[in-house]
This record gives sequence, structure tokens and C-alpha cells, in this order.
Amino acid sequence: MRVDAYLIPVVDGVAYGLLLAIAAAGLTVAFGAGGVLNLAHGTLIAAGGYIAAATSSGTWPSLAAAVALAAIAGAAGGGVLAAATAGLRGRGHLDQALLTFGVALIGGDLLTTVYGPDTLRPRLPATLEGTVEAAGHRYPVDRLAVLVIAVLVVAAGYVVLHRTRAGRLIRATVDDRAMVAGIGVNPRLVDAAVLMCAGALAGLAGALSTPILGVGPGTADTALLLSLIIVVCGGLGSVPGALAAALAVGVVQTLGVTSFPQLAPYLLVGAMTVVLLVRRRSLPGQAAA
Amino acid sequence: MLQVSDLTVGYHRDDAVLREVCLDLTAVAVHAIVGPNGAGKSTLLHTLAGHLRPTAGTVWCEGRDVTRWRPHQAARTGVALAPQGRRLWPSLTVAEHLTVTRPARHRPGSTFSVDELLEVFPALAGRLHHHGHQLSGGEQQMLTIARALHTAPRLLLADEPTEGLAPTVARQVTAVLQQLPQRGATVLVTLPHVRAAAALTDTVHVLTTGHLSHPVTASDGQAERLLRDHLTLTNPHAE
Repeated sequence: MRVDAYLIPVVDGVAYGLLLAIAAAGLTVAFGAGGVLNLAHGTLIAAGGYIAAATSSGTWPSLAAAVALAAIAGAAGGGVLAAATAGLRGRGHLDQALLTFGVALIGGDLLTTVYGPDTLRPRLPATLEGTVEAAGHRYPVDRLAVLVIAVLVVAAGYVVLHRTRAGRLIRATVDDRAMVAGIGVNPRLVDAAVLMCAGALAGLAGALSTPILGVGPGTADTALLLSLIIVVCGGLGSVPGALAAALAVGVVQTLGVTSFPQLAPYLLVGAMTVVLLVRRRSLPGQAAA
Repeated sequence: MLQVSDLTVGYHRDDAVLREVCLDLTAVAVHAIVGPNGAGKSTLLHTLAGHLRPTAGTVWCEGRDVTRWRPHQAARTGVALAPQGRRLWPSLTVAEHLTVTRPARHRPGSTFSVDELLEVFPALAGRLHHHGHQLSGGEQQMLTIARALHTAPRLLLADEPTEGLAPTVARQVTAVLQQLPQRGATVLVTLPHVRAAAALTDTVHVLTTGHLSHPVTASDGQAERLLRDHLTLTNPHAE
């Protein structure tokens, strides 16, 4: 009975964790490969959420268009950031942080101006609005759909990173970019491609999370903060590390809110502090694999 | 393939590592540079591969000034570096090292297929799914050279390729380098001793504290004498 009470929050936490993993994977690889500290990452996530909420009108085609548009907009945003940060190469992370933070402020303002100050949620097709029963529990269909899509996206990401030449080039760039140049590939092109993919994933994560969390003026900041926590705890540049950290953050957040509401705000930061204190350098990778 | 004239390279201003180095690599052959640690051998190879920018001098590639080319441009033109310290990618397996690299098309070069490379270095065939750090020193060196060869180089820059290897493995690596000119690739190899260079070629350059000698003969003791003179000059108490 006790275990049963935690089952739904844990499933919710895993779904939330997978969404965070999709959001944070791009951030960690962009940092690992090109050393780009992208503080506008949360804004791309929020933009994906707003675009999805505004586009999805309750039909399946509009929902598909919403998800696709969010990813395309994210990729375009990533492309702009790649062009903007390319000129700052070799000038340290502070310059990049200032530039991308400025982009985040302007982007955040633009989003509020266009979409208003309210929290928006997309209208979903009727099938997704109901609940399903599994193992004696009722569970919302939209959350289940998000969970399934998130699993598929994470699996696709793994396949791309490990089974395609593009993925191997990205992992090699995280390891030693000079040697990537040594085989005739311009590592700056890899950086740009990574930032565009990171943007697409951020937009996608934003779109997938809106049915559950909604999207509002605070979304960008929360998404950036959680992504940074995941990137730092998972090890800079490590995708498996980010996945593990994201799942942990998702479950800690969700269980914290349902089981220890008074402690919830401190649980995540507390857990992060413990992880940073006890984590040895050899724990979840320093590289992309 | 390359001609180097009056090349000066330094990591800091007024502190040149290489001084007015001249080198002619137009002959498709094995060229060797011998010199003590710190003489600037790695600096020269990294400069030719585009990883370092010279402060003066020119590098010509078939009549084209390529002094300021970037590493990926050098690699696409056919310059491959097998660096000292191997610089493998830790998160990639042996197979991935060879498949992420692609032979450049639309230009001549000593093309090696993955199967051929595994024939040349049979030790790697049994280690395809191992990561770089799981390999022995000799296997790592083989993979470093195999990765460079898979780009179909016209010029292979091999930085101390036999350093720290067991004699049998060193002989195997030396044999591979020796055969490359027959496949159309020039080799520039750096070595710490004249003896090691003599196994590869009879004509060597001696590099001492940034100065490169004219080509001298390895077998008649000329190179050895140049090195000994330098050691005596820099350290009068040396035997």
C-alpha cells in the first residue's frame, strides 16, 4: 500500500526527468564540444512551449505541426546563437555568458510581449485528454503519451550519438576537437550543428512539457536552472551523466512535491549539493559516452 | 608535397621555438628529423599540420602559400598528423576511430581501406570494440597511425612513432612507414636518435634548439656528430 502511493509520482518523475534529459542533453553537448555556455537555452525551451501552445488547436494535424514548429524554431534559435557565439571563440566563458544572457533577456521579453503574461496550455485532441487504467491506477493519457515520446526521443538520441558518423564526430569533438580537425572536419561546423540540434531538442522539450506544466513567464528561468543543475551534476559534456541526473532531478522534484511539500523547494538543491560533494571525478563520464 | 622556408614559430613573442627552418618535402620519400627533447620537433610537425601559426616564414604546397591554413584544411589537402601522446578519442572504440575518419576524395593519396589497415596492424583486429584507454601503448600507437592513414594522406607527419614501444612493435611501425612512399605518400618522421632514423632513411635533418640542419647522412656518423657537438656546446660537462 505504501509503495503504491509512490508509484504514480515516480512514473510522473520519470516522465519529467526524461523531458529534462531532452532539454539538458543539448546544453551539455554544446558545452562539451564547443565550450559554449548557452544561458539562452531556457528561452529556447520556453519558445518551444509557447509555439506549441499557440499552434495546437485540438486536432491531430495541429498537434503534429505544433511539435514540428517548436523543434524548427529551436533549431533556428540554436543557429542564431551559433553565429553569435562563433565570434567570441577564445575569449572565455564570461563573454559567452554575457552574450547569451542578453539574448535570454531579450528573447524572454519578446515572448511575453507576443504571448502575454499568462500561463498557456495547448488544446489537445480529445483522445489525449482522458485517462487510462493500468495496474489498478488511472493515469492521464497525455502524460503517458509524453512519457512514450520522451523515451523514443532519448532512444533516437542514443542511436544518433553511437550509430551514425555525425554522432561519432560529436563525441570525438567533445574528447579532442583538434584531432577532429586533423581528419579534415572543421570543428566549428560541428559546434554549429550541435547548437542547432540542441536548440531543436530544447524546442521539442518545451513543446512536450506544455500539456503537463504549461508555459509562462517563469518557464525559461526554471528550465535553465534545472538544465544547469543536470549538466553540472551529470558531468560537463556527458550525455549518459545528464540522463542519469535528469531522471534523479525529475523523481526528487515530483516525490518531493507530493510527499514532503514543505521541504520540496530545498530537496533538489540539497540533493545537488550532496552529489557535488560526494561525486568523484571518475563518476558519470567526463565525455559524451 | 610541402616546401618550408625560413619558418619561425614561437609560443611567446621574442621566444622562438623554431628559427628560420627550411625543409624541402617535395620528394616522395621518408624524411627524418632527429633531435633531443625540447628541440622543437613536435612544434614543427604541429605547425605543418596547421595547429600552430608561424610568426614568420612561408609554407608552400605545390606553389600555393599555405602558411596560415587551418588544421582541417591541411588534412583535406592530404597532410595527416600522428601526434606524440597519441591523442585518441577516449569515448570512441577502435572501430569508431576508423569509421569516423573518411578518406578524402577527389585528390590523390595513399588510400587504405579499414580491412587493409587491420591487415597492416593485425593487433587492432581483435580489439575493434575496445576503447582507446583499454589498449596497450603499442596498440594505441598503431591506432594513431591507422587513423592518420585512413584519411588517405599525401604527407604523413609521425611524431616519435616508436617512442615507448616494444622492439617488435617498433619494427612493425617502422616497416609500415617505410612502405608508404611506394603508395605515393611522403613521410616526415621525428625521432630522438640517429640509430632509429637510420632504420628508415639514410638522409636525416638534425634539429637542435630550433635550428634545422641541412640533410646529412645518418650512416656515416655526420648526424651523430652534429648532435654530439650540440650537446657539448649546451652542456660542456656532457660526455
